Amino acid sequence: MTDVLHPVHVGGPAHDDHDEHHGPTGILKWLTSTDHKVIGLSYTVTAVIMLVIGGLFAEIIRGQLASANGTLVSFAQYNELFTMHGSVMIYLFAGPFAFGALANIIVPIQIGAPDMAFPRLNALSYWLYLTGAITMLSGFFTAGGAANFGWVGYAPLSNSLNSPGAGADLWIGGLLLTGFSAIFTGVNLTATIFYLRAPGMTMFRMPIFTWNLLITAILILLAFPVLTAGLIMLYADRHFGTHIFTVAGGGVPVLWQHIFWFWGHPEVYILALPFFGMVTEIIAVFSRKPVFGYKGMIFATLSIAALSLGVWAHHMFTTGVVLLPFFSIMSLLIAVPTGIKMFNWIGTMWRGQIWFSTAMLMAVGFVFTFLVGGITGIYLASPPLDFFTHDTYFVVAHFHSVVMALVLAGMGGLYYWGPKITGYLLNETLGKIQFWFLFIGIQVFTFPMYILGLQGMPRRMAVYPHDPQWVHLNQVASLGAVLIGVSTVLFVVNMVYSWKKYPAGDNPWDAHTLEWFTTSPPPHHNFYRLPQIRSERPTWDHNHPEHRALQHGEHEKTHA
Amino acid sequence: MKVEAKMLLALGTFFGIMCAVYWNWSLENAGGVMMFAGMLLCFLPGLYYYWWSRRMPTRPEDNPQATREEGAGVVGAFPGTSIWPFVLGMGAFTIVLSLVFGIWLLVPGLGLAGWAFLGGTSEGRRGGQH
Repeated sequence: MTDVLHPVHVGGPAHDDHDEHHGPTGILKWLTSTDHKVIGLSYTVTAVIMLVIGGLFAEIIRGQLASANGTLVSFAQYNELFTMHGSVMIYLFAGPFAFGALANIIVPIQIGAPDMAFPRLNALSYWLYLTGAITMLSGFFTAGGAANFGWVGYAPLSNSLNSPGAGADLWIGGLLLTGFSAIFTGVNLTATIFYLRAPGMTMFRMPIFTWNLLITAILILLAFPVLTAGLIMLYADRHFGTHIFTVAGGGVPVLWQHIFWFWGHPEVYILALPFFGMVTEIIAVFSRKPVFGYKGMIFATLSIAALSLGVWAHHMFTTGVVLLPFFSIMSLLIAVPTGIKMFNWIGTMWRGQIWFSTAMLMAVGFVFTFLVGGITGIYLASPPLDFFTHDTYFVVAHFHSVVMALVLAGMGGLYYWGPKITGYLLNETLGKIQFWFLFIGIQVFTFPMYILGLQGMPRRMAVYPHDPQWVHLNQVASLGAVLIGVSTVLFVVNMVYSWKKYPAGDNPWDAHTLEWFTTSPPPHHNFYRLPQIRSERPTWDHNHPEHRALQHGEHEKTHA
Repeated sequence: MKVEAKMLLALGTFFGIMCAVYWNWSLENAGGVMMFAGMLLCFLPGLYYYWWSRRMPTRPEDNPQATREEGAGVVGAFPGTSIWPFVLGMGAFTIVLSLVFGIWLLVPGLGLAGWAFLGGTSEGRRGGQH
């Protein structure tokens, strides 16, 4: 056990580099490490592999839909594919990438902590995530195939009569494991942020990324136990003869929807808030300005979190048994803090010295794509419009705009923090080509689906009527999916091409926050020394004493 | 500590108000119960932090004028490496697989988990590996 002394030396490394080379190496290092950076890297690699797997499912789905009577896969296989595409992307990629991967690596360093508060619990989170992913995906190798009832697992369809077989049970089991993984990560992040901040790093000096992760962690603790409880009830219904979700025994099927979406809507923000944080950091650094409206940003995030617990049934408008006005008002209200965030991102860029690096391009692409997804979300919050578009491709297009915006943000995060994690930059030219493929691909992919949805094309159908316009629009959407696929390949190519080629140095972007004060990659326990923290931009204040943030009551010297 | 406490208490208060409005308006129980539980989940740590924040001296991380020297000293104990999270993870994996492939898998699953609990606990007392 290592007792960590807070480094107080200011000049040069206080430790020898023997710190870097201790403990086991090779496979044993990855199995036994409790270092948040190693665990975070495991998370990142696993999550990107899940992105590729989920993306392959998506490409097969789009291949099937490129013609009206596609024969690429059977109906049963199609059901498995769209179920597992959604499940892999939401449960195994977006969530763990958001609060497990970059958060794990960056948050402790951003607040000047030596590690996460509970390093062994952190390692356990990763192992539960990995085994959960294996459990869920192994459904493909069972006799009945993988789960095939949609990623939401609606109750009458997911009971043992309608969905027998091991695939569905493996889906439930995988979700139980990843659910506990998320809860443990939530505990860990909250404790780290509450108890391991460096001296002077008050709550209102934490970087926005860390703030967003704190609020995400609280949302995880509020939402995930509900899902876990629901899954146990579903399993009991399937195997122990209970009737919680079956009408026959006096149960209520719609209760599953209440429980699922009570987790599911906060989950949308659990996915989104970390990416909002990444974008905020990137935009501020590459506009060479502090975040515009720092406190406004934090209160907007808090209000999103507060409101997110009261909007779940806007996914259930068409069930006819939910309180429409309440959920409509609450959902529309979320547009206000989100609008504040939009305003602040633009305000941060406004009159800044913008440097269009790959990370910045990804962040700006995020702002545009998320605006499209957000505004169509406001339409869907209105019940009369939702009645018409529910279960059509309009909804599919809406949430793909949102989640693909998050993919843009996540890619931006990898380009921005990758050098800190590995010590090497990625190639900028390849990165920019990747950005344009991804950005154009997303728009080409989603816009035809909006039109298809308004024309009434239903979701989750393997074949559709042979209307020439529908076929044409679907082919355009499939082309967009191919462009997105190419961009993912380009990312892998870039990683291989740039492997240990461009040394990054400690602070390649002249960035603001504490993680850029330490070396790249950071040493064991992260810091040899810390700067004096007097604002939310300690590294900037240290590097640019002439442009440091003013203290309360201090006035700028007037220039002669 | 005060900011942390106030944030949780504010969230809990909001959930409480929302719960009261929703439950009385909709008369639907599932959502009402879940929002009430959400309120409790915010109040429990929030009140604990609030109680302590009024009784403890300001920590260096809560003091905007703190110097680095104020934070000097032992931050905490962090285990260097440990195999037990992996063993516990494999135990949980086997327990979940027993839900699908047969109840006999509970034996190795609970065995692994128990072994990891014993190993992890004694490691914590001994100090583990650097």
